[in-house]
Amino acid sequence: MEPIMAVTVGFLYAAAIYMMLRRSIVKLVIGLMLLSNAANLLIFTSAGMTRGAPPLIPLGAMQPEGIIADPLPQALILTAIVIAFGVLAFAVVLIHRAYNILHTDNLDLMKDTDT
Amino acid sequence: MSPEVALPIIIPLMTGTLTLLAWRSNILQKILSVVGSIALLISSIWLLTSVKEQGHVVLYMGNWVAPYGITLVADMLSAIMVFLTGMTAVAIAVYSLASASASHERFGYYPLMHLLLAGVAGSFLTGDIFNLYVWFEVMLIASFALLILGGERAQMEGAVKYVTMNLLSSAIFLSAIGLLYGLVGTLNMADIAVKLSEAEHTGLVDVIAVMFMVAFGIKAAAFPLFFWLPASYHTGPVAVSALFAGLLTKVGVYALFRVFSLIFNQSIEFTHQLLIWIAVFTMVTGVLGAAAQFEFRRILSIHIISQIGYILLGLALFTPLALAGGVFFIIHIIIVKTNLFLISGITHRLLGTYELKKLGGIYKSRPFLSILFLVSALSLAGLPPLSGFFAKFILIRAGIEAEAWVATGAALFVGMLTLYSMIKIWSEVFWKSLPDETDSSAINQQMTPSLAILYLPVIILTVLTLLIGLMAQPIYMISEFAAEQLLNPSGYIEAVLGVKP
Repeated sequence: MEPIMAVTVGFLYAAAIYMMLRRSIVKLVIGLMLLSNAANLLIFTSAGMTRGAPPLIPLGAMQPEGIIADPLPQALILTAIVIAFGVLAFAVVLIHRAYNILHTDNLDLMKDTDT
Repeated sequence: MSPEVALPIIIPLMTGTLTLLAWRSNILQKILSVVGSIALLISSIWLLTSVKEQGHVVLYMGNWVAPYGITLVADMLSAIMVFLTGMTAVAIAVYSLASASASHERFGYYPLMHLLLAGVAGSFLTGDIFNLYVWFEVMLIASFALLILGGERAQMEGAVKYVTMNLLSSAIFLSAIGLLYGLVGTLNMADIAVKLSEAEHTGLVDVIAVMFMVAFGIKAAAFPLFFWLPASYHTGPVAVSALFAGLLTKVGVYALFRVFSLIFNQSIEFTHQLLIWIAVFTMVTGVLGAAAQFEFRRILSIHIISQIGYILLGLALFTPLALAGGVFFIIHIIIVKTNLFLISGITHRLLGTYELKKLGGIYKSRPFLSILFLVSALSLAGLPPLSGFFAKFILIRAGIEAEAWVATGAALFVGMLTLYSMIKIWSEVFWKSLPDETDSSAINQQMTPSLAILYLPVIILTVLTLLIGLMAQPIYMISEFAAEQLLNPSGYIEAVLGVKP
């Protein structure tokens, strides 16, 4: 399973960087979305995947039996998803406002403040 | 229990919430904002004194003992940074009373400002690497919204770049956390340091180290990742620019200090050598960029980058003296940089522009303001007996002792060019006579209460610069204390985990 996930994550990163390098700000935001998803999947993969072993302690026992899945990465990913959702919602509103004010979606035409 | 560690986070969060509740009353928001930031300053002084007594102050959130819960840790560096946050907060809160326009206030200027402060203080105090990411995001989302208040053309362009680069940096940071967790299976920074020193040193550790370096380098605006800063910092409202210039990039620098002294200290010959070159190029490109600018706030913005280079040099040399110099430089630069931005806001109030060409004649009509600027500007350039002189003196001496000749030479050269940029502002804005085409109706205005409020934080910060310069010894002592703690991470680890590593 890990090799497939590794390739998927790599592909997501590549797609994200490609989209971010495009000129349109809409594609830029799509790139950012892919990037945060890639990071989440990377955490999921690198923390180790365990199949069919929920992290539950049987009734009356003090510790789980056998190997269990690590619950922490899932909590991290959940937090990261929520944060990414909020930030990307802001980014979508920002590009909408930017388009209304600048009348362009081309990043090449947004360099008045660069120099 | 040591509540003083949590207070600098709780107070701005509470203030932000209360100002939200007072959404309809502008006066109430202003009062709450000033009171809240003064409370933040007081709590940070409490933290500073208790860190001075105890060395490390640790608070386990929800009584979950490390490494299982989230830990708040304050060592001397964190305490100094939190103190500077409190001081900047008070200065900006007072300045905002007169500088924030009604339309900004209506769109949540004060709640956002305090949310930002909570994020900054949280980043300084957390002892958990994932929690650091969360505080970064709290800080970022508040800074995004603050930057685009007003919705002008330049702000939109700046914000698109600022948001993109910061989200990219967050994604790299998050990926690095994921890989690090896969390697050591813990998120507590002290525990990571222990596990990593026990684990076999492989190439993957260096890869993760460089990923952290890139992520924090973007936030700190280090070479070659700083291009978002000159494109965005000068576009916001002036009090926001001052707040960002003083604090935000320093959060990235703080994270670099923390991570590259506590966690990644195994292969110094690789990571810190890399940092030396980053520091040198950051200094040089920043100051050359500033030399080419002819707009008040843009010069100051690009100058932030070269100052970041000096601080990074302190970390990169990694000797006790160099680290103490780096910490001293942070103290100096946060005060001076904030102050210069605040002064640029006053000249904008007087003449209605930031363009050097259109400015002029301020020395003739406002000699006192000009002296305030001159003190801060010369302090930035590093002239004795001001604070910048001692900061640069310690760093350059550390560079000579470490025989890092290129870095030392670059630091001296950059100091000279800094003086050039500051003199350029001085002669254009203050010394030369006022150009005819500029609207000069406001320059001779009476000392209104609103103008006096703008002056107040500037005067206080200038006096602080002078004081640091004239009484450098106590400041140097606490910087040295902070440097000692950074060089011996075992004290930090022992304080958090309760065992000797």
